[in-house]
Amino acid sequence: MAKADTKLFNKASQVVIVRDGDKTVMTMANDFKGAPKEFAIVIPVPTFIEREQIHIADKALIDHLDAYSAPRLVEYFDENPCAPRVLYEAMPAPPASDVGESRKGSLGVTVEARYTVGEYDIVILSAEQSGGLETWLKENGYRIPDGAGDILGSYIKQKMRFFIARVNLKEHSKLGFSYLRPIQVAYESPKFMLPIRLGTINADGYQELFIYVLNRKGRVETTNYRTVKLPTGMDLPLYIKDEFADFYRTMFDEQVKKENMEAVFLEYAWDMNWCDPCAADPLSREELRNVGVFWLNGIKPEDTWTGGASDVFITRLHVRYDARHFPEDLVFQETGNRENFQGRYGLRHPWTGNDSCEAATQYKKQLPKRWEQEAQTLAGLMGWDINAIRKKMNIAKEPKTDGRKWWEEIWKE
Amino acid sequence: MFVVAKISIGLRLKSIESSLKSWLYDPRVYQIAVLTSLLVYGIFWLDFEIRSTQAITILITILLTQYLCTRVFKLPEYDPRSPLISGLSLCLLLRTNSLLLVGLTAFITILSKFTLRFRGKHIFNPTNFGIVLMILLTDKVWVSPGQWGNIAFFGFLIACLGGLVVNRASRSDVTYAFLGFYISLLLGRASWLGDPLHIPLHQIQSGAFLVFTFFMISDPKTTPDSRAGRVLFAFLVAAGAFVVPFVLFRTNGLLWALAFFSLSVPLIDRFLPGNRYKWSTANDYLGANQQVVNIG
Repeated sequence: MAKADTKLFNKASQVVIVRDGDKTVMTMANDFKGAPKEFAIVIPVPTFIEREQIHIADKALIDHLDAYSAPRLVEYFDENPCAPRVLYEAMPAPPASDVGESRKGSLGVTVEARYTVGEYDIVILSAEQSGGLETWLKENGYRIPDGAGDILGSYIKQKMRFFIARVNLKEHSKLGFSYLRPIQVAYESPKFMLPIRLGTINADGYQELFIYVLNRKGRVETTNYRTVKLPTGMDLPLYIKDEFADFYRTMFDEQVKKENMEAVFLEYAWDMNWCDPCAADPLSREELRNVGVFWLNGIKPEDTWTGGASDVFITRLHVRYDARHFPEDLVFQETGNRENFQGRYGLRHPWTGNDSCEAATQYKKQLPKRWEQEAQTLAGLMGWDINAIRKKMNIAKEPKTDGRKWWEEIWKE
Repeated sequence: MFVVAKISIGLRLKSIESSLKSWLYDPRVYQIAVLTSLLVYGIFWLDFEIRSTQAITILITILLTQYLCTRVFKLPEYDPRSPLISGLSLCLLLRTNSLLLVGLTAFITILSKFTLRFRGKHIFNPTNFGIVLMILLTDKVWVSPGQWGNIAFFGFLIACLGGLVVNRASRSDVTYAFLGFYISLLLGRASWLGDPLHIPLHQIQSGAFLVFTFFMISDPKTTPDSRAGRVLFAFLVAAGAFVVPFVLFRTNGLLWALAFFSLSVPLIDRFLPGNRYKWSTANDYLGANQQVVNIG
C-alpha cells in the first residue's frame, strides 16, 4: 500500500488538537528549515499557561498520526477468472505537511512568565495594546511583518495571551536534535478554534495546514467555513502507483481551485481503534497518551481490549489558506457523526494468466473498457489531458468496440 | 342546453380560479417553493450530508403527525402547508445519522405546535424547538452552519427569494429589525477589535444565517403581536445570537437565542399588545369573511 504524506506540501504546518469538553491539548509541529536561532513563533492562546502545561513532544508521534490518516492507494489483484478468489494488499499514501507557523513575531506588554522547556525559551505575554506589543517584540529582536499590529490588537481585545517560543541554542545543541520538536500546550477554554490570522500576513502566498483532531464524540468540522470531503473511492490507472504523491498533491490543488479556496477538506475520519485498509497502524495507547489524550489515563489496557474501544475518534482536516479567502480564524464544532471516511484510491491489477475458459474470454474483453474508465476518472479529477493519460497507460485513443454493433449483443445466444 | 353548459363551465372556472387564488395569495406556497429549491440546491450542488431517505422520513412524519393532531385536537380541516414549511426547514438544518432520531425530531417538531401553547399561540417556532430539544437531549444531532459555503451569489439569491417571501408574509418588520440589530452588533465588534470589514461580512455570508433570518425568526405565528413587540423581540434574539458565539464561545447562537427568547413572547404580548396574525388567503382578497384557527 502507498500513502501520500504531509511532506509533499511546502510551507505546511501540522497541528494536533486533543479535546474533550473544554479541556484541550494542542501540539504544534514545525518543519522549520532555517537556522535554529532564526526560529520564533507567536501563538495567541486563550488562557495563561503555566510551566506544567507545556511539554515538548516527539516528532515521531505526528509522523505516525500523519501516516495513519494519509490518503491511501490500495492494490487489488484480479483473480484468475477461471478459478476466482480475491486477494488484496494495501499501501498507505505518503504523509503531506510541514508547519508554516514559523514567523517572527513581536509582542508588547506584561511578561507573565518565562520558561525554558526542552530546546525552547518560552514567554507568556499579555498586552494592553498592539503598539506596545509590537514594540516589545521588536526590542526583543523579533521581526514582525507589516499588518501584524491590527491582528495582534484584535487578539488583545479578545483577551488572548501570547505564547512566544524561541530556540535556546545552548539547550538545543546539548539535546542534539537536528530538528525542532513539536511544542505541546494543555489548557482549558470554551474556545474551540485555531488562530490562523497571523499566518496569513506572511505575504508569500498561501499557507498549508493539517489539523488532526482527536476527540471522543465524532467528526469535527469548521462552523465558519465549508468542510468538504476529498474525492475518494475511485479506481485509477496502474501507473499512478509510482506517482501517487504527485497525484495527491495535484488532486488537492484541483479541489482547492474547485472550491475557490474557501473550503476546509476532510481527509480522514475514523475510530482510532482500527483502520481498513491501514496506511499505518493505529497509534498505541502510549502514543495516544503522549500526544495528549488525557482521558486514557487511569484506564487499564485490558478494559479497552475487552470493550474494543479506546474511545478516540480522529478527524484529519487539510486547509490551504490566505488572508483573502480565510479572513477569520477557524472555529470548530464536534458533531455526533461517527461515520468513517478515508481518502482511498484503488489500483486493479489485471489477471495475466493463460487459462482459457469462457469467463477468461469475457474478462479480457471488458478490460479495455475498465482502463478507459480509469483514464476518464483520472482526467476528470486532475484536469489532465485524457490522451496523455491514455498514452501513459498504453491504451488506445478511443476504446475499441471490437467492431460489433450494439444491437448485435441483444439477442445473442 | 347551451346556456346551462355555459353557466356550469363558468361556475367551475370560478371555483378553480378561487382555489388557485387562495394558493397564490398564500405566502406559505412561496415559502414551500423557495425552501424546496434550497434543498435541491443543497443536495445536488453543495453536497449536503442529507440523504434522500432522511428528507423523505422527515416530510412523511411531519405530514402524518399533522394529520393525527388535526384529528386529535379536532381542527376543522387538514392543511399540509405549515407543516411542510417546518419539515423542509428541518431537512435543511437537521443533521444526524440516525433515521429514528430524524423521525422523532420531526414528530416532536409538529407536536410542539399543538401542545406548547399559551393563549392560543404556540410558543416556539416548531423547527427551532425540535432541533434545540434534540441537541439538548442527545449528542447525536447537530446543525452544520458552515456547510452552506459563502458563495456571494448564493447568499444574494436566497436574500432575494427570502425577501419575496417575507414581503408576502407581511411580517418583514421582525426580519428587518433583526438584520439591523445583528449586523450592527457584528460591525460594532469588528470596529472595536480593529478587524477588517471582510470579517463581519464573512460572518453573515452564510446560507444558514439567511434561512434563519428569512424563514425562522419571521414566523408570524410565534412573533409578538405588536410591531413594537416584534422589534424588541428582534433585538433580544440578535443580542442572544451575538453573545453565544462571541462571549460564551458556543455554536448555534441563532437557534439557542430564538428558542430562549421565544419564552418571553407571552410577556411582550402582555405589555405591548397587538392584533393576532392570520395567514392571508384568497378569501381576504375575495372579500369573504373567514375564521382562522390559530394552528399551523
